[in-house]
Amino acid sequence: MNIALHNDTQVALSNYVLQLADTNLILAQRICEWCGHGPVLEQDIALSNIGLDLLGQTRSLYQYAAELLDEDKSEDDLAYLRSERQFKNLLLVEQPNGDFGYTIVRQFLYETFQQLLLTELKKSSNTQLAAIAEKSLIETNYHYKWSAEWVIRLGDGTEESKSRIQKSINEIWTYSGEMFIPCAAEQLLASISIIPDVAALKEAWMRKVKTVLDEATLTMPENMYMQQGGKTGVHTEHLGYILAEMQYLQRQYPRQQW
Amino acid sequence: MQQQDWPLWEIFIRSRQGLDHKHVGSLHAADAQMAIENARDVYTRRMEGVSIWAVESKYIHASNPDEAGAFFEPAEDKVYRHPTFYDIPEAIGHM
Repeated sequence: MNIALHNDTQVALSNYVLQLADTNLILAQRICEWCGHGPVLEQDIALSNIGLDLLGQTRSLYQYAAELLDEDKSEDDLAYLRSERQFKNLLLVEQPNGDFGYTIVRQFLYETFQQLLLTELKKSSNTQLAAIAEKSLIETNYHYKWSAEWVIRLGDGTEESKSRIQKSINEIWTYSGEMFIPCAAEQLLASISIIPDVAALKEAWMRKVKTVLDEATLTMPENMYMQQGGKTGVHTEHLGYILAEMQYLQRQYPRQQW
Repeated sequence: MQQQDWPLWEIFIRSRQGLDHKHVGSLHAADAQMAIENARDVYTRRMEGVSIWAVESKYIHASNPDEAGAFFEPAEDKVYRHPTFYDIPEAIGHM
């Protein structure tokens, strides 16, 4: 901790770090479901690599959150012993994998956002956040590149790949708006310039997404109703199943270690 | 698209600056860019490399194993082709 933080700030910061960590963890869990099921061996490994990158970032974030919470909690406690309502991940990342195209679109929308967010967070006055952001950004840049190229390949591919990925975009779009709707913690932290204003990232995000969709000859959905709730623990029906599977061992055999 | 539609690529990795690219294996990819990215994910995930070359397998021309005898055996009894075969006069010192 570089500065003694006001208590409200500390709470907001720990909530925010958990939000980042939970989002990465749930997405990592989703992507790793592909392990052994990828469309080709090379992409199976690519997906697992990305999942494990995200898991690595998650660990740094949970360790920092545990430090901020000061409740004698470990990173494992935070990942395995919190319930659905306590998870703050974006609704976007808990959506089931669907087909390969759906997974790609979900990843692309998220990594495009992450790239913009981490680029700003890297400059945060909070040195811990800045350091995590800087390290994560290198990985995120590759995830972005990988997912954007697949959007283009599938969109500008065969008739079938195009119609399927367009359908995925239309379906998942409703979960993309939440990234830019700041929750209370984000508002507070942005007001004291510890994090960027997420709403302000939307324009750049739309531009980047549009450029890739144009190249992929795909259509960007317009003015759709946006789902939200993940940041405050109100999730879609899918999260409970992920947690049930992910937390089973720690719940059934508490305190087990590798 | 079926995987068998994707051509095979041979992958060469340079493990450190200054070393040669070495053949590490092959993989399937739709084009060169995908081949390099797949190689990154398949062959460099444990810090094995700093540079990747991908060559479509059909462009590799190989010697015929059936002709290995005619190709390589004649060299076996020609030790004088190795510089170590020759005594170097002491006056020359280390070459």
